[in-house]
Amino acid sequence: MRITVKLFATFRKGRFDAEVREVPPGTPVSRIVEEVDLPEKEIGIVLVNSRHAALSRVLADGDTLAIFPLVGGG
Amino acid sequence: MEEVRAFLATCAEGDLLPWAAQVAAADRFRRTVGSVEEAALERGLMPARYQRNRRTISIEEQLKLFRSRVVIVGAGGLGGYVVEELARLGVGTLVVADPDTFEEHNLNRQLLALPANLGAPKVEAAVERVSRINPAVRVVPLRSAFSRENGAELLSGADAAVDALDTVTARVELARACRELGVPMVHGAIAGWYGQMATQMPGEDITPFIYPPGNEPKGVETVLGNPSFTPAVVASLQVAEVCKILLGQGRSLNRRLLFINLLEMEFEEVPIPSGAAPKDRE
Repeated sequence: MRITVKLFATFRKGRFDAEVREVPPGTPVSRIVEEVDLPEKEIGIVLVNSRHAALSRVLADGDTLAIFPLVGGG
Repeated sequence: MEEVRAFLATCAEGDLLPWAAQVAAADRFRRTVGSVEEAALERGLMPARYQRNRRTISIEEQLKLFRSRVVIVGAGGLGGYVVEELARLGVGTLVVADPDTFEEHNLNRQLLALPANLGAPKVEAAVERVSRINPAVRVVPLRSAFSRENGAELLSGADAAVDALDTVTARVELARACRELGVPMVHGAIAGWYGQMATQMPGEDITPFIYPPGNEPKGVETVLGNPSFTPAVVASLQVAEVCKILLGQGRSLNRRLLFINLLEMEFEEVPIPSGAAPKDRE
């Protein structure tokens, strides 16, 4: 199945802004996080089709996954 | 008070009250310039310093701002600009809380940080700065960190609170206290070229969506640091939100988070739904 992965802010560095990926059915968000080598402790907001999602969320064909880094400075 | 108002009427230029007259009235009637400002606004006179607010903020609204109390938690990168802008806007009472003193690495971005006040408490710099830019505004300094213990007292009587903190843990606590007390809160956070902001209105709970449970206490700012312009941008957006909350105008950034990317100049809106957030990172 095909999904779209969108990365934001620093996560784009050395990776991509948005990419369509071919993944096997049953792939959870956490598997994509590993594949694109994102440090899990830097992850903030995760959206699937513009709705907040957990890392365990299983993706479906046509889903758009968006991952933002944790921002906490003042 | 009637004699103060009568005196002000004789000094007014049209419906504007010059600063010199505001000071003269304070001296003559042994009042603070703040109390003279309130009397002037009540009488339909706009202190002349606010004349360029006019098409945006009416005299009645300026009075509303003067009678407002905003709590700014954190007087660093975001907080310094927030204090500056709220004081120039004419918000009457600013409660500023921060336990820290200025260090050299604050100088690249913190409006209140100067070589001359390295080592001095940030909240004292806020008092000093506001007394110089708008003496009608009262600053209540608190040299302590926000905590669950002092939260209720700090937020007492607040019309709005500004989250200008620098740890996720403290931000979550502040949001919780604001929620419990029904105080609208404007969240802002920065890291390098990036920032985010959102408004939590009474009855809402934004933190599970912004900082899912199990998050680290700090974000990517520990790696990226913060340049001069990011706090200024995010703080200004926070002040615009506070102004609207105080005046009951416009449309707030509630149930939405704005994610700001100044490197690629992108502004992304993330929906914040009501109800429970997904969780699996605990």
